[in-house]
Amino acid sequence: MNTWTRKDLLALSDLDAGELGIILDTARAFKGVGERNLKKVPALRGKTLVNFFVEPSTRTRTSFEIAAMRLSADVVNIAASASSLIKGETLKDTALNLQALQADIIVLRHSSAGAACFLSSRLDACIINAGDGAHEHPTQGLLDTFTILEKRGPIQGLKVAIVGDILFSRVARSNIHALVTLGAEVTLVGPPTLVPKLFEKLGVRVVHRLDDVLESADVINLLRIQHERQRREYFPGLGEYVSLFGLTKARAARLRPDCLIMHPGPINRGVEIDSEVADGARSVILDQVTNGLAVRMAVLHLCAGGVGLPS
Amino acid sequence: MKILHLIKGRIIDPANTRDETADLWIVDGKIAEKPQRPDAEVETIDASGLVVAPGLIDGHVHFREPGQSHKETLASGARAAAAGGFTSVVCMPNTTPVADNAGTITLIREKAARACVNIFTTGAITKNIAGEELAPYGAMVDAGIVAITDDGHCIQNHEVMRRAVEYARMFNLTVLDHCQDYSLVGPGIMHEGEWSLRLGLPGWPRMGEELIVARNIQLAELCDSPIHCQHISSGGSVALLREARARGVKISGEVCPHHIALTDNCLRGFDSNFKMNPPLRTAEDIDLIIAGLADGTLDILCSDHAPHAAYEKEVELDVAPFGITGLETEFGLFCDILVHQRKALTLNKVIEMFTINPARLLSLDRGTLSLGAPGDVTLIDPNQEWTFDKEKSESLSKNSPFHETKMKGRAVRTIVGGETVWAA
Repeated sequence: MNTWTRKDLLALSDLDAGELGIILDTARAFKGVGERNLKKVPALRGKTLVNFFVEPSTRTRTSFEIAAMRLSADVVNIAASASSLIKGETLKDTALNLQALQADIIVLRHSSAGAACFLSSRLDACIINAGDGAHEHPTQGLLDTFTILEKRGPIQGLKVAIVGDILFSRVARSNIHALVTLGAEVTLVGPPTLVPKLFEKLGVRVVHRLDDVLESADVINLLRIQHERQRREYFPGLGEYVSLFGLTKARAARLRPDCLIMHPGPINRGVEIDSEVADGARSVILDQVTNGLAVRMAVLHLCAGGVGLPS
Repeated sequence: MKILHLIKGRIIDPANTRDETADLWIVDGKIAEKPQRPDAEVETIDASGLVVAPGLIDGHVHFREPGQSHKETLASGARAAAAGGFTSVVCMPNTTPVADNAGTITLIREKAARACVNIFTTGAITKNIAGEELAPYGAMVDAGIVAITDDGHCIQNHEVMRRAVEYARMFNLTVLDHCQDYSLVGPGIMHEGEWSLRLGLPGWPRMGEELIVARNIQLAELCDSPIHCQHISSGGSVALLREARARGVKISGEVCPHHIALTDNCLRGFDSNFKMNPPLRTAEDIDLIIAGLADGTLDILCSDHAPHAAYEKEVELDVAPFGITGLETEFGLFCDILVHQRKALTLNKVIEMFTINPARLLSLDRGTLSLGAPGDVTLIDPNQEWTFDKEKSESLSKNSPFHETKMKGRAVRTIVGGETVWAA
């Protein structure tokens, strides 16, 4: 069995199938902790974790916080508005200060692609990328993969459609790398402005009609449409987007009965996905959130020097 | 009388199509015949085994004085130039304040006169490099500029650019243009392609350059006046320039070493020392640019030496400033890649593109070893293998992606007006 040797988790493009397997197996072992009455293990007792969220986030930050607490770490949260970044301190200096405060693990969310990579080569502390610009969101990619694995078995050969704003999506990139590495057939769906053909260099297929994938998909993952991107004219408007790429009830009816419907959240009801579809039986959107805890426990445990656990 | 005698070097003087082993004399700072004054004091340098070239000229550097002397001063930039084999450099006007008036130009020229190499200055095309109102070229010419450019920025209003080119003609001023269409490039920081998609970084498409190169071709033709396209990065630009030059349009282009030495995937580690504008592109672009150099479509080599302090580059990639240093590595890189590795150009041609070609573009009385020319000479060992160490750089800034890069070919002595200003 492979062993985990990294102090940081920066990008799923860095990981091979063996490393992904260690995280997923360890997450499976940790998932049981959340199902117990006493939801705590001592794996990170005495370690200090700083949730350093330069870009706002509620879901991911809370998930990391609960995951770290379940591992018995001491957790501090810092938001950009409360940090000295607004006083002009550089990211590097702020992070060095956190390290000087003897933080063992820094979980970084940042609007700049490469921010976690930048810190990892300059700090001894473990750096966990909780989303860097449009680059990667590795724990989201892992929790999506974990959820697919849990619900549908081996990833090899599964047909996964990822729909929407791929160009600006770190979630899409992390999903693509993990799923392609594990042997899934990934298809990206969206307008050419948001899903350029060049994405095929990443080992995926690109189509511009949602109807092309409905009947064959084992998994359909709908990405959030980011309204703020519209200023650059990537598509004419939400109405047209919904008509072409929204998972309406009519389209959902054409999905296979066992197709998983996923969304990284926060969802725009009535935009990427009809409200009833989001709440329907095939939707695993809330399972994704729950699995995020187990995956993040696994990542924190492994990067802090813990050994992989058998699932 | 002061005499410098360079003994038995291989003299390569492309301006005079001269390539022979001979002695070279510099008397009182000028290239001269063997002097008839045996009693005079003579400094001798054994140049056997070395190439004796006209002093190299870099037509595109950023020395940060006035305003940002923590990055580079005229004095430190000149030392870096000398260490790279350059006897002359041409400074871009994007200082603080901008060199868009006679007063600032005069200040720069007064300080530049004390530097160890010749520093020529350019003036801005538009006031404050804002792309809107023409700067006073007449006054700046009187103050000593050799060209005009808004380098680092690009005039988006074609009417303003047209009037600038027309007006500059009255002074025989060449217009140097940084070719970048703002609407296409937007916030782009790296080549738009597979790697910008992988890294999630905003793309800077080739067309952002090509469209302005095409605009400049049209304007050069319309105004019958020269425009020089700076730091060509896209293979598509080369094809546009080739076609236009074949028609006799007064358009030219230059190449920086990083655009033929490195590709966009170098940014995979998000290292800001690989971030420059225009960006690193692909192996196909490199092939097309080298083909353009080989057939003379592109005929000037330069560095776009752009120093930045370490703390300014030590930030998130998207907020880091564009630019890298280059004076001390450019000759080695071009010689290594173009002459040794790709065998695309002869050493003579590389020297031509570093001497008489930029001298002609900018009407400098340099770039040749003709009798009476300034005694600027660079001694070159085209086969010396060496490794660049940024910590030993003469520049105040160390933002080079070529730290610990091995190169074959090096300038080993830099002579300005008959005085050695640097020796390896």
